[in-house]
Amino acid sequence: MTKITLTGQLIQYLFTGVTVGSIYAMVAVGFNIIYNVTDIINFAQGEFVMLGGLIMVFFTVTAKLPLPLAFVLTVAAVTGVGVLMERFTINPLKNASVLTMIIVTIAVSILFKGIAMFVWGKDPYIFPPFSGSKPLFFYGAAIQTQALWVLFMTAVMVVLMTIFYKKTRYGKAMLACADNPEAARLVGIKVNIMILISFALSAAIGAVAGAVITPISLMEYDRGALLALKGFGAAVLGGLGSFYGAVVAGIFLGIIESMCAGLVSSGYKDAVALILLLLVLYVRPSGLFGNVEASKIKEF
Amino acid sequence: MRSSNRKALLGLTLFLILFPVVAMNVTAIGHYLDIMIFVGIYCLINMGLSLLMGYAGQISLGHAAFFGLGAYTSGILCTKFSMSPWLAMVAGVGITGLVAYIVGVPSLKLKGHYLAMATLGFGVIVQIFFNEEVSLTGGPSGFSDIPGLSILGFSLDNDLCYYILVWFLVLLTLIFSLNVIHSRIGRALRSLHDSEVAADAMGVETSRYKIIIFVLSGVYASIAGSLYTHYVGFLSPSSFDFFLSIKLVMMVVVGGMHNIWGALLGTWLLTFLGYEWLHVFRDFDILVYGAILLGVVMFLPDGLVALVPRMSRVWKRG
Repeated sequence: MTKITLTGQLIQYLFTGVTVGSIYAMVAVGFNIIYNVTDIINFAQGEFVMLGGLIMVFFTVTAKLPLPLAFVLTVAAVTGVGVLMERFTINPLKNASVLTMIIVTIAVSILFKGIAMFVWGKDPYIFPPFSGSKPLFFYGAAIQTQALWVLFMTAVMVVLMTIFYKKTRYGKAMLACADNPEAARLVGIKVNIMILISFALSAAIGAVAGAVITPISLMEYDRGALLALKGFGAAVLGGLGSFYGAVVAGIFLGIIESMCAGLVSSGYKDAVALILLLLVLYVRPSGLFGNVEASKIKEF
Repeated sequence: MRSSNRKALLGLTLFLILFPVVAMNVTAIGHYLDIMIFVGIYCLINMGLSLLMGYAGQISLGHAAFFGLGAYTSGILCTKFSMSPWLAMVAGVGITGLVAYIVGVPSLKLKGHYLAMATLGFGVIVQIFFNEEVSLTGGPSGFSDIPGLSILGFSLDNDLCYYILVWFLVLLTLIFSLNVIHSRIGRALRSLHDSEVAADAMGVETSRYKIIIFVLSGVYASIAGSLYTHYVGFLSPSSFDFFLSIKLVMMVVVGGMHNIWGALLGTWLLTFLGYEWLHVFRDFDILVYGAILLGVVMFLPDGLVALVPRMSRVWKRG
């Protein structure tokens, strides 16, 4: 047993923070993908993470499928859920008011939560970590290998999304929709399809987040709301709509939260992110990295 | 007051007088009186929420927090400081009103999604506070032995007395709210709902009216919270969680958010569903809630109350 030192402790908190923060970052990116194309904040974003975790448990523990296959199937299943959500609830409600859209996505999130409770019950679930449960030791801090997987997946997501937006036709078309939907329509981009893709993508990212975090933090049916709230905090902190802003802010939020839990009070750990969210909203709603001008043009 | 409102008010009063007579004589629904007390308490909150959402066009996903603040202020002052319940209720109104003002001023500058998330965040923070300040609130397990209410030495400890008290307050609040709607403030609010920019340009002080309504709705919720505390006699943070905030919004939306009568109808329906008729579904009630809310928003955007004129037209024709 290694001696617990202050540096070791700090490294431990930092690492936990970055791990949890990566999840917030992924939720925040999910918010942004949909927000950019539709101006909708999808309150069911956290539910994608919850479903990702629980479906992964189903494929690995219940169906006993090999890990890579289970992972692919999970992401596919949740992506399907995202597509269905867009087709049946978002697409039929064209030109609805912001208030209505908020309530619709809340209704969908309650529905997902209800379905999850119906299928899995109220207990938290877990499945074994991707590569064994033996932790690595690093300057007196114990680091779970699963946390490295979380970081790896986040990095993969950042790289893939960057390639998608910068190099592919669909990615560029989505950026065009975000910039100006009317003009995008005029040059022949099917905004309708772009909205569908945005829901599929953001559901897929949610599923990845859920699948990698469950071996560390477990997953139960009602985890979605708080994840969504903190992910939204990260998205706002980073400037709503900003991709890299969301990633940086998510990780930053995770670190602050983990430091507070370790050094100040674990009971108020959830409050920290929320108080930060309120402060940013009150003082600088465009976010720390966001563009003030741009935030004034968008309808909130 | 418009004649349709007067008729509806008369109908409601008659229903409220007849209800206990029927409920107390039919054993199968004897406990409905108890549920009606909860309906009344939630109606108080939701009339405020209806003013805020339906008339001022502002969403709040944190009203459970105001309800909880009223409840906890009453509970703590009555048990730990042995204050008179009525005085504690007034203190609750003061504290909640102040908090609503402090939160409302910066929050109501935000619009749409930002406001929804800010109020949601506020609600969760207040719930964490109830959970963590164990010395004050009893923490997650809460505290009990909160005394009941009495008027001039006459104790209101049976259901019928409490029913009369709660619904008397609901009717008073309803009449007050209807007057607010048809006053200068009400007209200003409706102009806000349609277009804030246009209202601003016409010289309506939009931010001031929004804050007035936000604080008023917080005060309604606080009174409801005090009534809840003294009726149940026990408090724990889980009664004021963010799912309650969502359920309150749901009641208003399902009933019809552009109409205060809709808020009453939705509250009545969903409270009975939750306390009584959904027991068949046991723990899966949340699934049914989600389906109902989604169905109403998608297919009946003006809520169930929009069916009433349609039905009366069919009635007259038939």
